[in-house]
Amino acid sequence: MTSGPEHVLHINWTRCDGRGLCTEILPELLRRDRWGYPVPVNDDAVERTNIPITNDLVEAATEAVRLCPTLALTLRRPQP
Amino acid sequence: MSASVSTNTTESRRPLAGVNRLFAAGQSANFDAHRRAYGDLNVRLAAPHLADTLERAGLTGRGGAGFAAYRKLNAVSHARAQRLLPSSAVVIANGAEGEPRSIKDDTLLVHAPHLVIDGLLVAGAAVHAHSLYVYAPRHAADSIRRAAGQRGDADNIIVVDAVETFISGEASAVVNAIQNNVALPTDQPVRLSTTGLSRRPTLVHNVETLAHLALIARYGADWFRSVGSARDPGTRLVTISGAVPAERVLEVPGDTQLSEILRTCGAFPQRTAAVLVGGYHGAWIPQEWLDIPLSPAALAPLGAHPGSGVLYVLGDHQCGLAATAQIVAYLAGESARQCGPCMFGLPEMARLITRIASGDPDPRLSAELKTLSQMVAGRGACHHPDGTSKLVLNTLNVFADDVNAHLTGHCIRRHP
Amino acid sequence: MSEALWAFGRISGIVALILFTVAVLLGVVTRSGRPLPGLPRFSVTLVHRNAAILASVFLVFHVGTLMLDSYAKLNPIDVLVPFLGAFRPFWQGLGTVAFDLLLAVMVTGLLRRWVGVRTFRAVHWLTYAIWPIAVAHGIGNGTNGTSRWFLLITAVCATAVLAGVIWRVSARFVELSHIRDQALR
Repeated sequence: MTSGPEHVLHINWTRCDGRGLCTEILPELLRRDRWGYPVPVNDDAVERTNIPITNDLVEAATEAVRLCPTLALTLRRPQP
Repeated sequence: MSASVSTNTTESRRPLAGVNRLFAAGQSANFDAHRRAYGDLNVRLAAPHLADTLERAGLTGRGGAGFAAYRKLNAVSHARAQRLLPSSAVVIANGAEGEPRSIKDDTLLVHAPHLVIDGLLVAGAAVHAHSLYVYAPRHAADSIRRAAGQRGDADNIIVVDAVETFISGEASAVVNAIQNNVALPTDQPVRLSTTGLSRRPTLVHNVETLAHLALIARYGADWFRSVGSARDPGTRLVTISGAVPAERVLEVPGDTQLSEILRTCGAFPQRTAAVLVGGYHGAWIPQEWLDIPLSPAALAPLGAHPGSGVLYVLGDHQCGLAATAQIVAYLAGESARQCGPCMFGLPEMARLITRIASGDPDPRLSAELKTLSQMVAGRGACHHPDGTSKLVLNTLNVFADDVNAHLTGHCIRRHP
Repeated sequence: MSEALWAFGRISGIVALILFTVAVLLGVVTRSGRPLPGLPRFSVTLVHRNAAILASVFLVFHVGTLMLDSYAKLNPIDVLVPFLGAFRPFWQGLGTVAFDLLLAVMVTGLLRRWVGVRTFRAVHWLTYAIWPIAVAHGIGNGTNGTSRWFLLITAVCATAVLAGVIWRVSARFVELSHIRDQALR
């Protein structure tokens, strides 16, 4: 059993313009709030800036990082 | 709770008794008064063991977050050691004090600047910092400049004037201001203790934390723990304002009852509706809970924290909803407007709570406000939306009776 | 053989123009944050990018084959330094200008993560200048420059780009701008 996610998708909120591409590429994780900004699909999610990415979604997350129009996303290892 | 000052004898190392620790050197203490009151500090001697001493002392940050002070020190030292190429650390004394209801940092910088300088010097030595900064509004910054001029060991401290906005004291905003002259928070995927000013490991401490640190470096952990409680050792500065005879800064031991603080300031707990503890990102403690001690452990079950020591007193003739609505409107205006959820969410929250406060009979407002508050939390580069959200949710909870009364067009507070 | 090269060179230029028109239009759609029917936002971005890259490939064909053509008298210097060409130096030079600017756009585009958002964006604005310069080059320089079918193609592309630009500067251009403005009032 893994102790935590292998990666996190870090949202740089100062760059995010709520264009919604990441919510199209990772619809199982992210949806848009009323102003267009990404918010976890899971209402109970505590972590809303460093979204945990399981291994099966790493490829999609990488695509989201690449396509974000404002370069607001990075894929990182979780900070201890 | 005594506030007596012990007069120091010729033995310079004898520690202070009583709770007047930070202002024992008197008003606007110059270097001579400072040395007479506290003795000399041997920075080189104290620095190597500082982190351990701080851990034993149990000093927590006095800037709002309340983390154990030694942890940040160790994090910076650790980050320095991890670097492939040698990199010097940075220490910043944060006196920005963006909270409108707080004047303790200003008071400290004006009356006990040498304690802050001492703390900055010894913390700097402990993490092998080559750059030391004090970041404070002009008035307080000038006090540090004057104080630095009175002594021979503070020449390399750079004093930077802070802007006076609510978020100016946020750690990344402080670094951004010093480095780029832009006093706005930045995205921090990695902590400042690892990568901060000019990409160097950066230690940011509130000026009061450094003042306590300076005394712990002199007198040790046991001395620090000699007042307060085991779970909340030492003293902290509080700024009390609102329904009190006069706005004051007080130094109180840990775990002091809130009601006792009120009485000391000439306020009456039985005439108090609630006290906002921790500032505009804090929580209301209602009248029935005013005997609660002011410590992290005691306040945690009520969702509160001493924070930066702000105590805003609401008289029982005042409406908590109206007071909070004004605060939220202010907070909305103070958004850095860099991050969507904060920029768009906070003004909307302000509008909703203002409508509730002014007796709008729409029964959905409360639920809408709750949803909105939960929506913005944790979705910004800094904790401005989180803190505002916390305040709003706490207000709706603590003043639930007022919310219900307002729906019927009544306010249950005795308006004068 | 050189006839074929000559034709290929010119046609590549026209294909490049059409593809760049598509790229510009999809770039505007990208900026609006809106999807197209059957094309979600991330697809719009991808097709925008791919169209631009494909257009650049045809542009390289265009320049490359014309360098091999003795009639065009295009040498490597002319590819990068404008207005020195032997054949219609001014109109040819416009093509060079467009090419140079495009080089900056493509490099900053492909290396977006390294040059940073601000630089990328600043250089990307040049596309609004590159497009009309390229069209002027096509009309002024091309052997088919004033032939009816070429002008027709150009007119269709120009109309589309003009419509795109008008949309670009219109009030509710950005998706959700209405809701965001409301929140800030």
